[in-house]
Amino acid sequence: MEAATLAFQDVTKRYAGQDEPAVDRLSLEVPAGDICVLVGPSGCGKTTAMRMVNRMIDITDGDILLDGSSVQQRKPAELRREIGYAIQQIGLFPHLTIADNIATVPKLLGWSRDRIRERVDELLALVQLDPAETRDRYPAQLSGGQRQRIGVARALAVDPPLMLMDEPFGAIDPINREKLQNEFLRLQHDIRKTIVFVTHDIDEAIKMGDRIAVLKKGGKLAQYASPAELLMYPADPFVEDFVGADRALKRLALQRVRDIDLWRPGLVRVGEPVAEARAKVADSDLPYPLLIDGDGKPLGWLSERALQGERVEQILRSGPEPIVELDDVLRDALSDLLQNEAQYGPVVDSRGEIAGVLSIEVIGHALKANPEDVPSGADALLGEA
Amino acid sequence: MLEPLAQVQIQDRSGGEASCIADNGFCPSWIVDNYDRYVDPFVQHVFLTLASVAVGFAIAFALALLAHRHRWLIAPIVQVTGIMYTLPSIAVFFLLLPLTGRGNLTAIVALVAYSLLIIFRNITAGLDNVPGETKDAGRGMGLTERQLLWRVELPLALPEIMAGLRIATTTTVGLATLAFFAGAGGLGEQIFADITFKSNVVVAGGLAVVLAAMLDGSILLAQWAVTPWMRARTG
Repeated sequence: MEAATLAFQDVTKRYAGQDEPAVDRLSLEVPAGDICVLVGPSGCGKTTAMRMVNRMIDITDGDILLDGSSVQQRKPAELRREIGYAIQQIGLFPHLTIADNIATVPKLLGWSRDRIRERVDELLALVQLDPAETRDRYPAQLSGGQRQRIGVARALAVDPPLMLMDEPFGAIDPINREKLQNEFLRLQHDIRKTIVFVTHDIDEAIKMGDRIAVLKKGGKLAQYASPAELLMYPADPFVEDFVGADRALKRLALQRVRDIDLWRPGLVRVGEPVAEARAKVADSDLPYPLLIDGDGKPLGWLSERALQGERVEQILRSGPEPIVELDDVLRDALSDLLQNEAQYGPVVDSRGEIAGVLSIEVIGHALKANPEDVPSGADALLGEA
Repeated sequence: MLEPLAQVQIQDRSGGEASCIADNGFCPSWIVDNYDRYVDPFVQHVFLTLASVAVGFAIAFALALLAHRHRWLIAPIVQVTGIMYTLPSIAVFFLLLPLTGRGNLTAIVALVAYSLLIIFRNITAGLDNVPGETKDAGRGMGLTERQLLWRVELPLALPEIMAGLRIATTTTVGLATLAFFAGAGGLGEQIFADITFKSNVVVAGGLAVVLAAMLDGSILLAQWAVTPWMRARTG
């Protein structure tokens, strides 16, 4: 099904006996195919806001429009079958096999057995699990990460135009969480669903979101922006505090080395005439020539003594380390530089061939970039900005 | 009021070894010769037990589903069935006689009343123990309350429901040995017919024990069959 647009219009949730609303006149629009992350401290109403979309919680005031029509006009059970639903505790049915768990909504919609079987296998493959091995197992027989994948597969079963995900990776250990996040972003790249994603973790929000809605206590929207915009221009002290003092560093996770203007080094091979080498250095952005081998792989920075004779000799002042890759995110590349106590390092492409030089100065420039030019976390991950 | 006892004073000790019988001993040869006299009481005992548990389950199940929707009903239901549970069954048999007369009906009414609390509490506990996130996921995917109950909550409550059935069944087998006070026969009638004679007591009592074990085993087997997920192990 085509991804749907979603719009919150002055949505308010008030619980009886409470002075403050849980969600206060929340208005935002999610374009079709985008991940909108609702993020904020506990008690900010982010889960309440999400649960009003599929009417798990009734809206007190305002309206939520799914593809332009109000969710309040729909029967809750029917509406929910059209909206994928994944929660932190996953909530797999322990008494049903994995196949039957995934088939929950298809069965409610009366799909044929053959169609269901086919779809189950397709979904298992989509979430990187072996259908033959997984299909007939029970949830208790899977690891936490595998169960989480089944939760996502189950939410995707009828190819819903909208998915609601409440801290879907919250209960997973950090290493597997990172893996699942990356996997999910790759999956989303293919399926392009509209997704409302709830988390309390700003790093996860920055990584997963095309748009991020920061909510504060009392269910008020503090800012709704792209990750880069949020990090560069926090709307108020609350957002600034919430995104953290290291927001400049966080922005580095949104860009890859290939996205920024690198320095051009003077590239020199052993045996080259020294005069030519000196001319190259003069024309480059660095005072030192970089020695490369026949395949264009960096060997190290040449010493002044290497340029004393007729031809370039292999006398290095230092090795090429750290070598960073075009596909590295800037944060990792910067970390490499700092770890090697280096001001700059050669950048290579996937074949190991020299592509430029990254320096701390270059990274500094990148931080001043216009937020529109900074991709989202997903684009950075998938390297397609 | 002890009139029912009058009719059980039958002492038929024909067959078997005379000296062993005279000693009220355990006489295998007598047992072999007299085995058939236990068949009808045994069948009657099975009938009383199964009928009582079936009716008790039906009523308790209906009450549990009602209380699942309307939670305030749980406390009064537990109180009322709790009183039924604590009443001595012999007293209930006699209390019921003017209403339902002598026979199966009186016995079954009393046994049902006794089983309600056990079964009701187990069904309720089973439904309450279904994890909240499982129900939330079910609702979130678009199961109606009825679908959630029959497809998720009741299947997941099966182990507790079956456990309740087992306790109710074995208890009812035991209590049904008193059913002859209500004129409903059963193995109790045989036991009390010649309570000094070991051979008689061992066979009649033994059959009651065997019946309890068999019924318990069958429910356990049924539970094993309907809860395959409980056997699933990691690996």
